[in-house]
Amino acid sequence: MRPVSSWGRLSAAPHDVVELTNRDSIARDIVGRGPGIAHGMGRSYGDSCLNPDGVLWTTTGLDRFIGFDQQTGRLTCESGVLLRDIQRLSIPRGWMLPVVPGTQLVTVGGAIANDVHGKNHHQTGTFGDHVLGLRLVRTDGEIVDCGPDLRSDWFAATVGGIGLTGLIAEAELQLRRTVGPWLEAETVAYSGLDEFFRLSDTSHPEWEHTVSWIDCTSTGELRGLFMRAKPAAGIDRPLPADRRIAMPLTPPFSLVNRLTLRPLNSFYYGLGKWRTGRQIVPYQPFLYPLDGILDWNRMYGPLGFFQYQCVVPERDAVREMLDAISRSGEGSVLAVLKTFGGQRPSGLLSFPMPGVTLALDFRNHARTAFLFERLDAIVSAAGGRLYLAKDARMKRPMFEAAYPRLAEFAAFRDPGMSSAMSRRLMGS
Amino acid sequence: MDSRNRIVVVGATSAIAEHCCRLWLQGAAAQLTLVARDAAKVERIAADLRVRSPASTIDVVTMDFLDTAAIRQLAQSSGAAGPIDIVLIAHGVLSVQATCESDLAACREALEVNAVSPALFAEAFAGELAKVGKGTICIIGSVAGDRGRKANYVYGSSKGLLSRYAEGMEHRFAGTGVRIVLAKPGPTDTPMAAALKAQGRRLASVEGVARDIVRAIAKGKPVVYAPWQWQWIMMIVRHLPRFVFNRLNI
Ligand SMILES: Cc1cc2nc3c(=O)[nH]c(=O)nc-3n(C[C@H](O)[C@H](O)[C@H](O)COP(=O)(O)OP(=O)(O)OC[C@H]3O[C@@H](n4cnc5c(N)ncnc54)[C@H](O)[C@@H]3O)c2cc1C
Ligand SMILES: NC(=O)c1ccc[n+]([C@@H]2O[C@H](COP(=O)([O-])OP(=O)(O)OC[C@H]3O[C@@H](n4cnc5c(N)ncnc54)[C@H](OP(=O)(O)O)[C@@H]3O)[C@@H](O)[C@H]2O)c1
Repeated sequence: MRPVSSWGRLSAAPHDVVELTNRDSIARDIVGRGPGIAHGMGRSYGDSCLNPDGVLWTTTGLDRFIGFDQQTGRLTCESGVLLRDIQRLSIPRGWMLPVVPGTQLVTVGGAIANDVHGKNHHQTGTFGDHVLGLRLVRTDGEIVDCGPDLRSDWFAATVGGIGLTGLIAEAELQLRRTVGPWLEAETVAYSGLDEFFRLSDTSHPEWEHTVSWIDCTSTGELRGLFMRAKPAAGIDRPLPADRRIAMPLTPPFSLVNRLTLRPLNSFYYGLGKWRTGRQIVPYQPFLYPLDGILDWNRMYGPLGFFQYQCVVPERDAVREMLDAISRSGEGSVLAVLKTFGGQRPSGLLSFPMPGVTLALDFRNHARTAFLFERLDAIVSAAGGRLYLAKDARMKRPMFEAAYPRLAEFAAFRDPGMSSAMSRRLMGS
Repeated sequence: MDSRNRIVVVGATSAIAEHCCRLWLQGAAAQLTLVARDAAKVERIAADLRVRSPASTIDVVTMDFLDTAAIRQLAQSSGAAGPIDIVLIAHGVLSVQATCESDLAACREALEVNAVSPALFAEAFAGELAKVGKGTICIIGSVAGDRGRKANYVYGSSKGLLSRYAEGMEHRFAGTGVRIVLAKPGPTDTPMAAALKAQGRRLASVEGVARDIVRAIAKGKPVVYAPWQWQWIMMIVRHLPRFVFNRLNI
């Protein structure tokens, strides 16, 4: 037994950790050991990758490539391979992952199980849209090979299935041609939510990546920085060396609090505003801005933090939420707004839907709990939903109302797979 | 002529060895021979390395690690194909001390896998390197080999034998182009240390340990502790007077 936390550091309960290292013996390793749940890099913020006092099958030892076809860009690998390692391998060969989340320190299995999205969702959809096939190992020893055209019902359940259909052993991914590791990026400072929507709408056809940082403490007119980027061809300069700093220890209290919130946001806005305009940048700092700071999640102190990420189909709900947040005096320095594209995602429990997604970090504090209730009410009334990769607190009725394909999903559950999240939201 | 490094890895399914291979191929394409006992396991690693470095040639040999004729045959055929740049000897097993004390067959097996077998491989390859007067042999020992302790002296003394063996070979090849490197990792996060990890022991990352070993091989450094802090810790442990050491429960 050893303590395991997810990215939000809200708990550190003991787990019976079993490290998987051999993709051919997974069935032998998991049969009769559960109920348990797969755990990749633990970059989910909530409890989807946790199973307190129970078994956790860690997959980072399943980190081998299986095959890569340079002509077609098809890559097969074990489920614990990091997206970072795929990028490192493929970009020099003219290929890259079509979809990456805001950190590249996640596993292929985790990216599939949460059907993650990136800043280019409006053009390329979710991670699952580029999975050609996967091998699922169930806790009764059954092996299910599935894909968009092979046992596609199993595939739809497993993509976004938060690890509950079995353990993903390996996957085949379709990479996308790339002109290289450079992006042409532009930052536009704006004020007002309408301006955000105008920038999104006009940028989407031309710019592959769009995202906006917002100052959630703004009273009156919202202020924000709209960031957009597209691949830059023909750039022939050496990439800067990886520079990383680390948060060396956990401070005794959250560094983000009522005193620091406003100055931090103003500082960030000022910094961004100063850098507006077009620039050629390497893909990493644009796509993974926080990967340069190891263990940044420690800054919220020993109690940990929540990330609240929702998607709402209508724009007015965003305005209401931002009002509620700014009035509460709580909030974060990492508030992000993005409009999703219109594609229907691959998975039964996938998060994205046409609309706007808002994501903010909140310290773990009595006052934030009250704010969450208020935000939940706005999201539910608007027909939106919360992202399971980030969630640690949603109530079951809200989940059931927001994920209409839940009943279909239930049939594919592996009875030997159970997480703190599945017990909270599905009862088992 | 092929300018790629020729590298033979014995015990290639070891996590530390696997990460050494990744680092080598990240630097430049190589001709790699992976030697192991488990065919399926070593094939998975070979496939991975082929994806990481399509310009490399990766061969796989499976054999019994105590078969002296097979060991000689492996060394000779490797040497006959051209000069060998690097031989890494990585296999080992963290034997359970209590089992070895009660079961002599288990004790013999531990001594054979950890001491006799690596020494035989080193001896056979030394003969090939001697013929061309260059190349580097790296043996993975352990900090446990620096002083016998009641908690694991069967394993520790095997690693101690490898220390003396490497020392003797270093003496034998002094003044030639042949280098002998003895790597001494501390507890490292690999399947071998799974039990330690479950007890909550802090372990060094396998990537870091592999990096230290690869660097020491490139430099031909005779002894390398990985991570380097162990050098000082073990110096103290080695010099503790008996009357103190014998009271320690380690
Ligand atoms: C800084 C940061 C930025 C982020 N930005 C984004 C973003 O922009 N977009 C986005 O979509 N997400 C984002 N995320 C969330 C992150 O991408 C997801 O939580 C992702 O699933 C984490 O992968 P992981 O390997 O850490 O998996 P874990 O967090 O360990 O596990 C996640 C889920 O996957 C399951 N799982 C893991 N491996 C397997 C397997 N082999 N088989 C079956 N199930 C498995 C687990 O059981 C669990 O349910 C971000 C996270 C961080 C920390
Ligand atoms: N991990 C540590 O904490 C640590 C500390 C100090 C020193 N070391 C040393 O580092 C080296 C590499 O170990 P590791 O940490 O990478 O552990 P590992 O991943 O468990 O590798 C052990 C290797 O030894 C092989 N092996 C075991 N018994 C064998 C036998 N009878 N015949 C042939 N091969 C056998 C294994 O082969 P299979 O794959 O077929 O089982 C495997 O390749 C070892 O010499 C070890 O003693 C490790």
